[in-house]
Amino acid sequence: MTTLEIAVTVSNLTKCFGPVLAVDHINFEVKREEIFGFLGPNGAGKTTTIRILMGIIKPDEGSARVMGYDILRETLKVKQISGVVPEVANAYIDLTGWQNLMLIGELYGVPKRERTEKAESLLRELGLYERRNQLVRGFSRGMKQRLIFCMALVNDPQMLFLDEPTSGLDVESARHIRKLIQEYNKNGKTIFLSTHNMDEANQLCDRIAIINHGEIAAIDSPERLRMKSSGLQSVEVGFDKPVGVDEVLHITGIREMKKMGDKIRLYTDNPDKVIDSLVDYARSKNLRIISINTLKPSLEDVFVELTREH
Amino acid sequence: MDIYTFWEQFKRSWAIVKKNVRIYYSKGPVIIFGLLMPFFLFLAFSIGRNMAPENLLPGLLGMTVFFSATSVGPAIVPWEARSKTLERLVSTAVSVWTIFLGDAISSFLFGFLVSIVPVIVGMLIGVNIVQPLVLGFGLILATFCFAFFGILLSAYPPTDIPASTMMISSMVKFPLVFISGVFIPVQELPEWGRIIASFSPLTYFTDLARHSVQGTSCYPVLLDVIVLAMFTVLFLVAAIKLHEKSLPRRLA
Repeated sequence: MTTLEIAVTVSNLTKCFGPVLAVDHINFEVKREEIFGFLGPNGAGKTTTIRILMGIIKPDEGSARVMGYDILRETLKVKQISGVVPEVANAYIDLTGWQNLMLIGELYGVPKRERTEKAESLLRELGLYERRNQLVRGFSRGMKQRLIFCMALVNDPQMLFLDEPTSGLDVESARHIRKLIQEYNKNGKTIFLSTHNMDEANQLCDRIAIINHGEIAAIDSPERLRMKSSGLQSVEVGFDKPVGVDEVLHITGIREMKKMGDKIRLYTDNPDKVIDSLVDYARSKNLRIISINTLKPSLEDVFVELTREH
Repeated sequence: MDIYTFWEQFKRSWAIVKKNVRIYYSKGPVIIFGLLMPFFLFLAFSIGRNMAPENLLPGLLGMTVFFSATSVGPAIVPWEARSKTLERLVSTAVSVWTIFLGDAISSFLFGFLVSIVPVIVGMLIGVNIVQPLVLGFGLILATFCFAFFGILLSAYPPTDIPASTMMISSMVKFPLVFISGVFIPVQELPEWGRIIASFSPLTYFTDLARHSVQGTSCYPVLLDVIVLAMFTVLFLVAAIKLHEKSLPRRLA
């Protein structure tokens, strides 16, 4: 990858809070115009990494560049070309939606005419234009999050840092935000997306980094991450009569077994062999198989495996 | 930092001023500590005592400028930390000093607007201000000085509870009012009182106000101005440095 193709470079980045090692010598690169997912459990170091990349807190060790600018020496330039949706909704509730956008526009030095036009188009696009003169205090959670999205875009940033942008939103608002992320990415924005939501990461991200206990556990595309975990393939079977999990334990080649509602999921390295065994088992017990599916590992399975191993 | 960046950041601090004026001037703690407190302290001091308005005005002015200019600053940062807008603010393309300069300017404007009220009332009831230019310059300098002092008071502890910051700042501000020649002119204090008074920035403003209104003062006017300017720079630098240091803990 050439320098021009790289949006973010992180080298050996480390941050401690007292005795807690929040970010532990992490290294990764984000390509320009990609959606880069940053996945990890609570307290894994996602928000700390974003805060370091945004120049809000300083790392104890290591370095990082955003769009070629050093986060320590050129912090203001990094902030100027970035937009951020922080983890917690934080528009000024004592200001109107319009006043919030004008404030953020002024803080980025966007000329008045430009920020007025931009604010108007963003508010229309996110369905908030009619409510622009109301205090944010009266906005719903979804409306606040959409406003924060507008605030992140008012300076037309090249790089967007989104920290749990759909967390706590209703289904419709979350879908709206995801659609916007895809649209903005199509328009050439690089997006750094921190999320808990595996489906969201799977749908949106070109590549994903999984962080756990401050360390990067894996970086790859969602599909490749799933392929790497071939051991997590499974067979999901449903019988016409209830069957106890213990009764199918003797079937060979099973690594793990889970009851999933009225079905049983069997994790294996060899799905063919397990299917044969299940058919034999059903015949011997006079059971009828009403459904049987082979399943590839989901991103969630990969995530659980990687974060559990650490 | 080059001149262009400095000028750009200075301009952006005015956006913070506008935001603060809209949000914080009407907050309860600001009204209580910035308007009601000096008013009631003045009433407690003056009612029942037969004092000429000329003798009352410097003390009243000292109290008003001190309480009003230090009332906005300590409210802003914990309030913003609590409502999670501080992270929003520091994520934008502004330096930490830009944010606190904006906070200080909004504290200054509040303090200055409130403080000119007793001056106007005093003039309306016939108080003759001997040195109006000196008083005006001193008022501007002192209001800036106390505005930065207010910002400094909100630096530690890095709490997100506005009441905690207001309580701690009151614990610092009240003793200062009593040792700074507000109620008794510094020259009338005993030797030990004068030594203690010399450590308070408010002493130099009340002294300058007495010089401007009554024509008498303990220290030379130039000394009052120099010491106030030194305190202003000290509070400015200390406030920015301490806030820079405590910011990560506030966001945690």
